[in-house]
Amino acid sequence: MSTILEERKDQIHLSGQGAIDIACNRESLAGAVSQRACVFCGSRVVLYPIADALHLVHGPIGCAVYTWDIRGALSSGPELHRLSFSTDLQETDVIFGGEKKLEAALDELIDRHSPKAAFVYSTCIVGIIGDDVEAVCRKMSEKKGIPVLPVQSEGFKGSKREGYLAACKAMFRLIGGGDTSDVSPVSVNIFGDFNLAGEIWIVREYFRKMGVQVVANVTGDGRVRDIARCHGAALNLVQCSGATLDLARMMEDKYDIPYERVSYLGIEDMADSLYKVADFFKDRDPGIVERTQALVREELEALMPELARMRRDLEGRKVAMYVGGSFKAFSLVKAFRHLGMQVVLVGSQTGTKEDYAELEQITDPGTVIIDDANPLELSHFIKEKDVDVFVGGVKERPIAFKLGVGFCDHNHERKEALEGFEGMLNFAREIHRSVMSPVWQFVPRRANRAGRNRKEAVNE
Amino acid sequence: MSKAATKPNFVSTTNACKLCTPLGASLAFRGVEGGVPFLHGSQGCATYMRRYVISHFREPVDIASSALGEKNAIYGGGPNLKKGILNVMKKYEPGLVGVATTCLTETIGDDVPRYLAEFREEFGDLGLPELVNVSTPSYSGTHMDGWHGAVRALVEQLCTAKAPDARRVNILPGLVSCEDVRHLSGICRDFGIEATILPDISETLDGPALEDYVKIPSGGTPVRAIKEMSGARGTIEFGRCLPKHTGGTSLEDRFGVPNHRMGLPMGLRESDVFFETLEALSGSPRPRCYELERGRLIDAYVDGHKYVSGKRAVIYGEEDLVAGLSAFLAEIGVDVVLAGTGARNKGLEAAIAQVTDGVARMAPEVREGVDFHDIAAEAESLRPDLLVGHSKGYRYAKAWGVPLIRVGFPVHDRFGGQRIATLGYKGALSLYDRIVNAVIEKAQADCSVGYGYI
Repeated sequence: MSTILEERKDQIHLSGQGAIDIACNRESLAGAVSQRACVFCGSRVVLYPIADALHLVHGPIGCAVYTWDIRGALSSGPELHRLSFSTDLQETDVIFGGEKKLEAALDELIDRHSPKAAFVYSTCIVGIIGDDVEAVCRKMSEKKGIPVLPVQSEGFKGSKREGYLAACKAMFRLIGGGDTSDVSPVSVNIFGDFNLAGEIWIVREYFRKMGVQVVANVTGDGRVRDIARCHGAALNLVQCSGATLDLARMMEDKYDIPYERVSYLGIEDMADSLYKVADFFKDRDPGIVERTQALVREELEALMPELARMRRDLEGRKVAMYVGGSFKAFSLVKAFRHLGMQVVLVGSQTGTKEDYAELEQITDPGTVIIDDANPLELSHFIKEKDVDVFVGGVKERPIAFKLGVGFCDHNHERKEALEGFEGMLNFAREIHRSVMSPVWQFVPRRANRAGRNRKEAVNE
Repeated sequence: MSKAATKPNFVSTTNACKLCTPLGASLAFRGVEGGVPFLHGSQGCATYMRRYVISHFREPVDIASSALGEKNAIYGGGPNLKKGILNVMKKYEPGLVGVATTCLTETIGDDVPRYLAEFREEFGDLGLPELVNVSTPSYSGTHMDGWHGAVRALVEQLCTAKAPDARRVNILPGLVSCEDVRHLSGICRDFGIEATILPDISETLDGPALEDYVKIPSGGTPVRAIKEMSGARGTIEFGRCLPKHTGGTSLEDRFGVPNHRMGLPMGLRESDVFFETLEALSGSPRPRCYELERGRLIDAYVDGHKYVSGKRAVIYGEEDLVAGLSAFLAEIGVDVVLAGTGARNKGLEAAIAQVTDGVARMAPEVREGVDFHDIAAEAESLRPDLLVGHSKGYRYAKAWGVPLIRVGFPVHDRFGGQRIATLGYKGALSLYDRIVNAVIEKAQADCSVGYGYI
């Protein structure tokens, strides 16, 4: 009996202990209770925040209902994305095919909501019964005069990554149709930000101050019209480990638009991202570098004293994090240094070999690096490394809490803006609030340890 | 035209008022001691459901998956299923693995009972956990069908011999809160009768803080107790909208254990039925504390009646919860103007007519197979004062400016969903307090005077 299954051992690595050759991007092991989801989940995550599109899930009810308004992806206007649409396939549909139902559902919903586009997500069962979703979409697109786009997201046909790709392919079909005549030469698209708790608005405000036009948000607070004309932008800024990277590559190929990988989390990465943009446009706008420096300086002057205050309490505390994509982990490792905290475990659902090699570079020796973990492995390392706070999503929260460990929700359900400089402050406050709570002293694992320590002290 | 018309108008579903079948089975398997729910399908199902269930219970909820990929979908999922169970055995040392199918494996035609028979043959030397399987295609029925199916599967596959007669009662409570299950076992304890409650999620989905992380939480119905259900004096199964064949009918048909089917004990009269049945089965009168609880409930009904009398409520959720709520709300003079469920053909209208007979001032519009789009379309003209149901009605409560009293599953916009009490006199009183206070709070908030006592 062991916590770590033999077949999982090469998906775990200790920083500083030999060359890293972590096995990743493989199918989840049956029976291992992976924290991962499926292809559909990947597509749904990426496209969901497009607020004026109809998102119709073609399949039985589960896939639609579990993704109904569970994310904090905000919209400044329409909120069609917050409704959950499904064809709710029944047994007869499975036997006789679901195309007619899909067509009727599209007909009805497009008339009812007048969306700017419709995405039709294929679920597992559609891949088996063989509905020609493409044909139905083509037909309805002609009939309704809006783009109706199939998303090939049958759950079993890979992992979340394939879902990202399917979403990017669907969006790519939108791009190129819109008017770009008023797009500035100093302009970007924001890729891979989902406007959780309004984060994209923070970032857009920085760009506004820098004098950079944002053409399209892909996809947080996203609009079909913006995406359709995003080929007019001069630069794509790609955040998130790969959710929209495929789209950036497609646009580079077809429209010759370069991309930069960025992150709006933590101090360094946020500032670096802005400087990258300033650097890219400095020939077209000579004042941009100075404006960016002023912006960063101003933000840091407000932020740093606050962080220093919290650091006094947090210094030396240990952190574990398990995230979806590893870009977040890179940024958070650095962010925790500002709080004087030590990252002892870092893992992701969908990291690549390169991602893990980078993690090995930026983490302290002895840090556990883990791909596609599961509850038992996570709990094992939380105990072994004596972690004080865990950063993850809703599925990881009860694991941390059961072990008497603080928690910060850094996933799509978060209601707290954690991006940008003000997000770093929110982040530090949330970590501080959790770690410094008095409740931990009552949790048996820690209470008993405190009791033992006291006893030992008396015995000495 | 029957009032219980199933949704005739719309092809598409918007904001469904149901969850999928395997979720219900997973929850039920979670209430067996040493049980690990196992979904035979693609990885996403298990992960989505875990997330959803965790948001309500705030407990670790491990659901294993056979994590089928494209090849498995073509060549069959048997090998993954077997490998998955082996891995669960290695890591969790379960007493039971409850295998539920999904739309994927049902459609590719995987024969799970055969795979499990092969598994027992191939690995019989390993000391296997109990393996129970249930067919739960998500294109058929709702999570309640999954729940009842899993309960029946547990009874039929584990309880296969007549156990010696014992002073014991079986209770099949349906999907009720952890607090409600605790209350049920407390009642039986006070009656001095042993009870096998199946499933029992009171501890497995609402556990204490512990010294160490446990792979499978303690609690749940012991497998041994399930095997001995055939020796009970009777089975009490809650639900007036149950399938024809259930765990309760199976015990009656095979072992002659009398099955007492009754509504969820919500409100005075449905609770009376439950207590009277317990009196008959135990041969003892109800303990005085329950006389007091009953009396307090009636006293409260009187004290608070003017706050709620004549209020109009829209209620929704699982069919039997809706029937139970109807029974209770009728007693306190709240007019249920619309009763909706995502389930179909469960006889909800008849059940509501039964439980409100002689008390309700009006018969509600009853809608089966609804989604929230349908409910909203009708409710606009019905001008409700209250919504009673799970968290998913919040957007409508907000839009209409009426309070939502949260009961059922999921409650993921409030704290403590697993501890909401609804059953018995005590649960009715708790629900009553909440409803009266919701009405008062609304009146207070809407009033400019700022009365400090009401």
